[in-house]
Amino acid sequence: MAILVDTDTRLCVAGITGREGTFHSLRNRDYGTQVVAGVTPGKGGQEVDGIPVFDTFRAAVSETAANTAMIFVPPRFAADSILEAEDAGLELIVAITEGIPAHDELRVYNHLAGTRSRLIGPNCPGILSPGKATVGIIPAQFFKEGGVGLVSRSGTLTYQLGNEIAQRGFGNSSIVGIGGDPVPGSSFIDVIELFEADDQTELIVICGEIGGDEEERAADYIAEKVSKPVVAYIAGFTAPPGKTMGHAGAIVSGSRGTAAAKAEALEAKGVRVGRNPTQVADIAAEILGARV
Amino acid sequence: MRRPEGTFLSPARGGASYLPGVDLLEYQGKQLFRKHGVPVPEGQPAASVDEAVEAADVLGYPVVIKAQVQIGGRGKAGGIKLAGDNREAEEHAKAILGMDIRGLRVHELYVEQASEIDEEYYAAIVFDRSGKKPMAMLSRMGGMEVEEVAEKDPDAVRMVHVDPLIGFQDFHARRLAFESGIAADVVRPVGGLLARLYDVFVAEDATLVEVNPLLVTKDRQVVALDAKVTIDDNALFRHADVAELRDLSAEDPQERMAKERGLTYVKLDGNVGILGNGAGLVMSTLDVVAQAGGRPANFLDAGGGSKAEAITSAVEVILSDDKVSAVLFNIFGGITRCDEVARGLIEAFRSVEPRVPFVVRLDGTNDKEGRALLADADLPNVHTEATMLGAAEKVVALA
Repeated sequence: MAILVDTDTRLCVAGITGREGTFHSLRNRDYGTQVVAGVTPGKGGQEVDGIPVFDTFRAAVSETAANTAMIFVPPRFAADSILEAEDAGLELIVAITEGIPAHDELRVYNHLAGTRSRLIGPNCPGILSPGKATVGIIPAQFFKEGGVGLVSRSGTLTYQLGNEIAQRGFGNSSIVGIGGDPVPGSSFIDVIELFEADDQTELIVICGEIGGDEEERAADYIAEKVSKPVVAYIAGFTAPPGKTMGHAGAIVSGSRGTAAAKAEALEAKGVRVGRNPTQVADIAAEILGARV
Repeated sequence: MRRPEGTFLSPARGGASYLPGVDLLEYQGKQLFRKHGVPVPEGQPAASVDEAVEAADVLGYPVVIKAQVQIGGRGKAGGIKLAGDNREAEEHAKAILGMDIRGLRVHELYVEQASEIDEEYYAAIVFDRSGKKPMAMLSRMGGMEVEEVAEKDPDAVRMVHVDPLIGFQDFHARRLAFESGIAADVVRPVGGLLARLYDVFVAEDATLVEVNPLLVTKDRQVVALDAKVTIDDNALFRHADVAELRDLSAEDPQERMAKERGLTYVKLDGNVGILGNGAGLVMSTLDVVAQAGGRPANFLDAGGGSKAEAITSAVEVILSDDKVSAVLFNIFGGITRCDEVARGLIEAFRSVEPRVPFVVRLDGTNDKEGRALLADADLPNVHTEATMLGAAEKVVALA
């Protein structure tokens, strides 16, 4: 089954005519994703390698029946583009853009909360359902179909983790990057809920990092609502307080948001936490191996 | 209401809702306050003793001479002094300019008309990351660390979430004012001031607007006696005036050098230099080096940087820290190809000629080609490893 993106996904890309937008849209299509439209205001009527470009999301949706948006526009225009996608009725919006102002993210989050649209990201690598579809910039060649659902706040670390799991012979149902920003559109809990309900997913791996309290909340949720085994990794044990570690949301504030506190919270609820990506893969393989 | 995690996030104390950004000096924050109608005492910034005395003469005595540094505890450190006349103003300005306050040197002063204090409150608007809403706060226990007040008596600090789609309403102000038990005659002006603080918070893309103390004067006027404002880094494109205020002199020299080169770098206190692609992977690399018994010297995310100049630039920043005795380069190639990274590295090494050993771990897209290129180049003192753990152990052994 996989979650969020699959063979029914019909993708519309905002910013498809930009260099990065074109490159990744075509990569997504090469993988098998149905990329049905692009949106660039003022470039309606053009095509990008056969993909029609529209001036507005509304026109794109009515002409192509797109059901998923990918946002690839610069940070100052990104919030507007996400809101436009929601207005056009798109129920899944994947925002890759990094550097969106925090207040913009806050308004977007609170607006979307009252709608049927789900936002993944921003500042994320997107979603890959191996063998079915990919939306975003995850390097799909490392992953194959399988039973591991992976949800992460980081890009390259996800590839590292996923690759180590793949080397032990296990594939993925879906890989979801929720992004490294302080106000992500979807939380660990939102994605874990989908994995729990997904037939293909046998085990869930969550990859967290310092900052905020999403991992702690996920720990409570897992204990109450999740029957599938969950393995976790937390990055940033050596991060000093008060410094942003690359991602806008990755910051230890005083004694809060530390990796140690997150790992403890998860372990207290029975979630096994690997101390490095290799250990996480070993634990995942041990659990899955025992089930075969 | 469930108490949000880490409500108290002044930059000095930290907390889960605090977000990084440009920390403004008091007088810069007060300029924004004036712009949005938040009442503040009359005052003028000064960069020299002469300027300070001149400002004091114009404002009229008594005045307060205040050190301008982005850190709390200025008063206790002797950075805030009352001057009753011209001679005292000169004396205090001389003493405070150049003073060291918890590691920060005082380059600027703020000279402000002295206020007669009747009551001291606390007011703030914070970006509550956990609650995903702005949060307005009010306490009648001002003039001390709000974290300490809340620890002793949680009910003494009142807070309310504001829906960013409707903004700060009168009822928010009434709730805070009545619940916090401030004097009845100032309920209205304090509520008005909170609404103006919210205007500052939104219009200026602040992640923190804090007033401590919020003053009620002897003649029952309400004024903001201090101003702590942090502006979101990601929103600086729409606040050109604020972007110019960033105080580079307060930053570490390596961090400044990295910022000028557009690199994401954080200095740490160890001796193993670290370079990688992607924030999460670099954080994980630091942890793995620490687990192997080493001490990381820095965090450096080269991003998708496979180009030689980006790598050269990054290597130069890392090596400008004298303590670095070995460097780990950890790359997982996704979209970035390892052979491109290897070419960039080879070129960079030829121009920088590092004197410390490097351990290079290339994994992912075209990793074999990349490792072969490095082997052929036969760079002195460069060791290649295939796994992250192997690379961490190697670099710790060499450092």
